[in-house]
Amino acid sequence: MLHNLTKLRPVLLLLLVPVLLTTACFPSHPQSTFEAAGPVAEAQLKLFYIIFWAAVFVFVVVNGAFIYAFIKYRRRANEAHLPKQTHGHTVLEITWTIAPMIILAIITVPTITTIFYTAEPPPGKTLELKVIAHQWWWEFEYPDLGITTANELHVPVGMAIDVSLESKDVIHSFWIPKLAGKMDLVPGHINTMWFQADRAGEFYGLCAEFCGTAHAQMRFMVHAEKQSDFDAWVESIKATPGEMTGLAAKGKDLFVNKGFDGTLRGEKVTAQRCAFCHTVEGLPIRGAVGPVLTHVGGRETIGAGIIDNSAGNLKAWLTNPDKMKPGVGMPTLSIADDELDALVAYLEGLQ
Amino acid sequence: MAVASGRKYSVLRRPTVATGWWGWFVTVDHKRIGILYGITSVLFFLLGGIEAITLRLQLSNPENALVSPDVFSQLFTMHALTMIFLAIMPLSVAFFNIVIPLQIGARDVAFPRLNALSYWVYLFGGLLLNAGWLVGRAPGSGWFAYSPLTSTAFDVAGGMDFYVLGLLMLGTSSMAGAFNFIVTIINMRAPGMTLMRMPVFTWMTLVTSFLLVTAMPVITVALIELGFDRFVGTNFFNPTMGGDPVLWQHLFWVFGHPEVYILILPAMGIVSEVLPTFSKKPLFGYPFIVLSGVFIGFMGWTVWSHHMFTVGLGPVANATFAVTTVLIAVPTGVKIFNWLGTLWRGSIEFNTAMLFALGFVILFIIGGLSGVTHAAVPADAQQQDTYYIVAHLHYVLFGGSIFGLFAGIYYWFPKVTGRLMNEKLGKLNFWLLFIGMNLTFAPMHWVGLDGMPRRIYTYDSAMGWDFWNLFSTVGSWVILLGVLVFLHNIMRSLRKGEVAGNDPWDGRTLEWSIPSPPPEYNFAEIPTVSERDAFWSEKYVENEDGIPIPIKKRPSSGGKDTNDIHMPGLSYFPFVTALGMAICFFGVLIHISVIVIGLVVMLFGIYGWAFEPADPEPESGSH
Repeated sequence: MLHNLTKLRPVLLLLLVPVLLTTACFPSHPQSTFEAAGPVAEAQLKLFYIIFWAAVFVFVVVNGAFIYAFIKYRRRANEAHLPKQTHGHTVLEITWTIAPMIILAIITVPTITTIFYTAEPPPGKTLELKVIAHQWWWEFEYPDLGITTANELHVPVGMAIDVSLESKDVIHSFWIPKLAGKMDLVPGHINTMWFQADRAGEFYGLCAEFCGTAHAQMRFMVHAEKQSDFDAWVESIKATPGEMTGLAAKGKDLFVNKGFDGTLRGEKVTAQRCAFCHTVEGLPIRGAVGPVLTHVGGRETIGAGIIDNSAGNLKAWLTNPDKMKPGVGMPTLSIADDELDALVAYLEGLQ
Repeated sequence: MAVASGRKYSVLRRPTVATGWWGWFVTVDHKRIGILYGITSVLFFLLGGIEAITLRLQLSNPENALVSPDVFSQLFTMHALTMIFLAIMPLSVAFFNIVIPLQIGARDVAFPRLNALSYWVYLFGGLLLNAGWLVGRAPGSGWFAYSPLTSTAFDVAGGMDFYVLGLLMLGTSSMAGAFNFIVTIINMRAPGMTLMRMPVFTWMTLVTSFLLVTAMPVITVALIELGFDRFVGTNFFNPTMGGDPVLWQHLFWVFGHPEVYILILPAMGIVSEVLPTFSKKPLFGYPFIVLSGVFIGFMGWTVWSHHMFTVGLGPVANATFAVTTVLIAVPTGVKIFNWLGTLWRGSIEFNTAMLFALGFVILFIIGGLSGVTHAAVPADAQQQDTYYIVAHLHYVLFGGSIFGLFAGIYYWFPKVTGRLMNEKLGKLNFWLLFIGMNLTFAPMHWVGLDGMPRRIYTYDSAMGWDFWNLFSTVGSWVILLGVLVFLHNIMRSLRKGEVAGNDPWDGRTLEWSIPSPPPEYNFAEIPTVSERDAFWSEKYVENEDGIPIPIKKRPSSGGKDTNDIHMPGLSYFPFVTALGMAICFFGVLIHISVIVIGLVVMLFGIYGWAFEPADPEPESGSH
């Protein structure tokens, strides 16, 4: 017996290879659905495991029976006669109709209870959130708190977030793999869902429904933080950005007043002012096409979650956004180098 | 019948030359049309394969820049459309054409010219769908074409025009073909072949044809509405003007889910022929296999919203469709268990056709089980639109449909060509495809649950998906190698294959009772059927233990004078009509004058069709 096991050891080690490759070599799985961090994702994962193990059981039994039949009933050279011509067996037919029905009925029960559990937030205090999808960025509005931000979501740990979802253009899908499965954002419809983070941390979010050229680059970050940190963040978002000085002041002036020429998707555009499209609280004009930039300097990423927010990346983005994010709705403008530095200084100053 | 009048109009004379390349344009012989379907669908299969290989190359590394994002979306859209509408469906139709009349003991299909029309419209529709590549704007909004991404406001390049027009043409072809096979199967069975004596492949063709004639009109309505939105400026799906994008999704999936069964039932039919033949046993539980196929056909209509679990239809609707979806696993399970029963205590011969049929069963079980995990709505909320779905659908459509169709190719190739395919190459072909498809698609289960969405052309290395994406790409090369071996085997076997004879597999159904390749008239004498496995029962009697004992004297078929068998005449007009239709459809994208030209050609085709004489050389007295 022991001897047999020793012989099997290389085989067992070989089986470990894929497991090691998935876990050891790539320690970070920021979008893994197996690392649920909230009640909705946990309920969905638990249900998946129930069905997964039922499926593994059926797979082993049925495919095992087939492989047994392949080996046992393979044609041999010295067969005396053809096999008996059996045509069917009624009891067997009834058995293998009823048996799967029982297994399926068993998995249907937790399915339906989980459907209703994940449909509505539990009674108690919730935080309302309105998600508005655009090609290809996210607008997050907190109606209770009177604040709006883009591409970066902050939520307090342990509180159910009551989400309503809508879209300004095509269909998108809102997905935070570690917190909750998807819900689509359909133009002309208002959908609802809920989620909750049970631990502080950063969670990746993304659009899951194909929505055009830059679908792959429509992402966002979720910061789950304890209530006091969240409250502090809300206060910082409510505050209007302070006075700019030096280079940043020059950037602010360019942002509001300078019209740039350039191209958008191969077509010429002229006299494009930043503030015509982007809102920054406290400015005389409010844009409504692109993401709100009031506190963009404090965000971790730019371009809808696609790249770290740094002076170098901001400059590269302003120089040619279409190169970083093909298809993007922001035109590629001819901005002089000193103007770029001023604009970057201004945007970084918007804390 | 006023045959004599045919002489007056020289243009309406029936073509008389059936040979050479011209013969293929005027043929109405179901076997030759089947060959045309087969060759065309394999060519489209290669095109779809090249698209898939390119997709996999782009995804082999994070932040790869092999193709642009817009080309990538055109590639995944066209890969799906090509494989579904131009490869799997018409390859199934190739088998309908070649096999059905032979299995039911008929000399042709009910409407031979309509059959030819179906083929030509399919060919032109396929070319129209692909014509977008030539002008750099193939359809790129996904094969599901979710509105409003398909509207002129968002599909700025205009590729979806080809989608609307191409699929409308293909739908016409499918409808005509399906009606033809329904009438053929209902009306043209040999005497004695009752419904419950029909071979299972014939049964599944019948069910598939009913699904086609009922499902195709739904997508046709959707496409016409989308066409109006695009070409005329209506607002069926425009949410800013009161239209509803969710309406498109309902119409699309009410068609789309029966479509899944249109893709899989023919393969199930093929497997139900191959397993008994190479186990030397009749199909176990024949009535249950047939009825579960019919049941799947009906149930296919009740599950469409499981493609829409994240659209926001609400918990009650979602729970309802979860239950219907789970229910459809029952008849599928019944089929699988009966296939097991067929193998049980059989004498299993592992040749290539059988390997593909067994591969079908193993892989389809995996695809079926992952399908059950999608039925659980909350779990599906994590799976929807990820690579987990991509894995599932390829286990069903590649491991299922394609493996079943390959089994059919190896099984019926000798009947069509008179030569056997090479077994050594065949087995190499099978193992390369079997291993390659598992290498490619099995890791996608993991990558999908690890959060990789579908239809992205780029991903960050930080996501942890690099290794398995490269792994899948390498797997796709193994599939490619398998397909190349297959093509080599076909070309080689056509020239050098071992001569098959009438009945190389000791077959059970009527097609094996006639020469390979069959004469134009198929059966010199229409057989009379008295049992389910009609040909087997002519060859064997069962002793008291149920063991088949060969009958010494084979019943003679032949000797009868075949000169007076009346076969349908050749015709130019299916081709002319289809050509006119194609010009018309292309004209929508060019100029109204082209539409008019197309209409004239098409009307001429229909006129000629109606009034051409019944026979090439009018004689006194017709059939």
